[in-house]
Amino acid sequence: MSFRNVGIVYRKELTEALRDRRTLISTLLVPLLLFPVLTAGLGAAIASLIGKAKEEIPEVMIIGGSDSPEVVAGLQKLSKIKIVPTTPNYKEQIGNKEVRAAVDIPANFQSDLTEQRAATVKIYVYEGEMKSGIAAARVEEYLKNFRDGVVKDRLAAKNLPTTVLTPFDIKQQNVAPPEKVGATAFGGVIGYMVILLCFTGGMYPGIDLTAGEKERGTMETILSSPISRMHLVLGKFLLVLTASLVTAALSVTSMGISFAVLGHLHAFDQAGNDAAQLQMHIGLATVLSVFVMVLPLAVLFSALIMTIALFAKSYKEAQSYITPIMMLVIIPAVAAMLPVDLNAKLALVPILNASLLCKELVTGTYHWNYIAIIFFSTCVYAAAALFLAVRMFQREEVLFRS
Amino acid sequence: MIETRGLTKTFNDKKRGKVKAVDSVSLVCNPGQIYGLLGANGAGKTTTLRMLATILEPSDGTAIVAGHDVVDAPEKVRANVGFLSTATALYPRLTSQEMVEYFGRLNGLDEATLKKRLDEIFERLDMNSFRDRRCDKLSTGMKQKTSIARTLVHDPQVMIFDEPTSGLDVMTARTIIGFIRECRDRGKTVIFSTHVMSEVEKLCDVIGIIQSGKLLAEGSLAELRDRYHKQDLEDIFVEIVAPLYVPEEGN
Repeated sequence: MSFRNVGIVYRKELTEALRDRRTLISTLLVPLLLFPVLTAGLGAAIASLIGKAKEEIPEVMIIGGSDSPEVVAGLQKLSKIKIVPTTPNYKEQIGNKEVRAAVDIPANFQSDLTEQRAATVKIYVYEGEMKSGIAAARVEEYLKNFRDGVVKDRLAAKNLPTTVLTPFDIKQQNVAPPEKVGATAFGGVIGYMVILLCFTGGMYPGIDLTAGEKERGTMETILSSPISRMHLVLGKFLLVLTASLVTAALSVTSMGISFAVLGHLHAFDQAGNDAAQLQMHIGLATVLSVFVMVLPLAVLFSALIMTIALFAKSYKEAQSYITPIMMLVIIPAVAAMLPVDLNAKLALVPILNASLLCKELVTGTYHWNYIAIIFFSTCVYAAAALFLAVRMFQREEVLFRS
Repeated sequence: MIETRGLTKTFNDKKRGKVKAVDSVSLVCNPGQIYGLLGANGAGKTTTLRMLATILEPSDGTAIVAGHDVVDAPEKVRANVGFLSTATALYPRLTSQEMVEYFGRLNGLDEATLKKRLDEIFERLDMNSFRDRRCDKLSTGMKQKTSIARTLVHDPQVMIFDEPTSGLDVMTARTIIGFIRECRDRGKTVIFSTHVMSEVEKLCDVIGIIQSGKLLAEGSLAELRDRYHKQDLEDIFVEIVAPLYVPEEGN
């Protein structure tokens, strides 16, 4: 093994990569910008949209109610909704978002109440549509208060205390520290992002150094030099690995900074969201542990990308091979966002294990036995992929595929 | 020196099954000599030369190049060979100088020797004006010079040229032809492949005619003329090759 030769190849590939716009964008720019844009940009945009939706005074129609003036007057007095004249095609209008909701007060509602007969008030709503939902919630809130008032009056009339209806209260109390609450909510997303960027960071150089070299006709040039194919692969592999790790490191750093800034600004406060939910302190220890976990995964990705891309004759062909592989990376990475907990079996599933572990690490949970299994199993997969890449470079039918 | 013994290369072809691209080729090329491998497209020239440059491994037989066996010591062979073909392109994002330096380092030159060699070659090939220009910004002629500098940087004993003038304009082709002649004059062993008769007539000390992977005839131009009672090399070539010629054989 000559480290000198591996170093020569690595240095040359690094020089070329630093002059390649595509590689620079995918390795440096995307991870640096993604998290600030995602957290601040998208977050602020969502917050402002939700805020606007809540500020809007939705238009609501009242159907019936001519014999129940008290309820109608109460609804009309509400400042958070606007009652508009009723039209027969109200259902259609709700569907077309011309009116946000309609409240159907049955005939004889008021007299039924007085005589203590059951009655149902219907609210027509466009399910899943946020503004319609807000309108319906406001109407419902009023009706519930109205109902509570009726109940209170009836109890008072019979000289009974209100505790007859609610003999005891139930309350959920959060005991997790606020940063853990935030981390649990976002931990899955973070693992997913880091893993995905680790892959995409290595993708362009991985293709460029293999299929790209074939396409440009430099493969035969380099093969005519005395360097052994193993040293050549290792030099190239180290560059792809560097790109992948730089991307991962930048994304973790940029993620840490983004969340820190966000926590500081309480950007979500305006939207009335719980600011504590987003207080995520991704400390140095977390960043380092996520990075260490990503290390063997980056080796696996780099070797895998090179092995597959080498098979292709051109950059384009390689991209069409790598895209489905990317899906194979995304699916287990996304699966970790589901309510799944690590166990010994899952710790052996590549990518999914690292993704689940990232989720735990971000919340500051360290299950050392799983960490060991995941680290070593990923190392084994990575070594196998690297071995495959070296073997691929020794196969003439792959290098000179025509 | 180059000596091949029963050099054979078999490929697996999806349509045709096992194909012998090179079939028991035995030839000798001595220092200070130019050996011209003449053949139609798909005759087996490129595969033969790639085996000599150890880019491909022989399926059978072997070759001794610059005193080393291509099967047993391919890396030693490559350290003594300069290989140039139209398929050996340059790295577009490296400068002309970086390109040559890279190959000098891969050939094990230390930095002091490398610098001396670079200055010498860049001066001799008149390349100083574009030394620091990126290869993707070079003209065809400049690219060819850089490629030549790349093959010369380690001062190899054996030079292998695979259709070196194919696709080049007359002036650039002349530079290459002049370079090949210079290699011989410096005592190097030179083998090159072509399908251009005039190049062979001008340059070669020994001509080998190859078709369907087989070396069908070998000798100096004068010997071939004598043997086939013809003056024109093209006529001689056609007479030798015609019985085996299959159009569009492909690689």
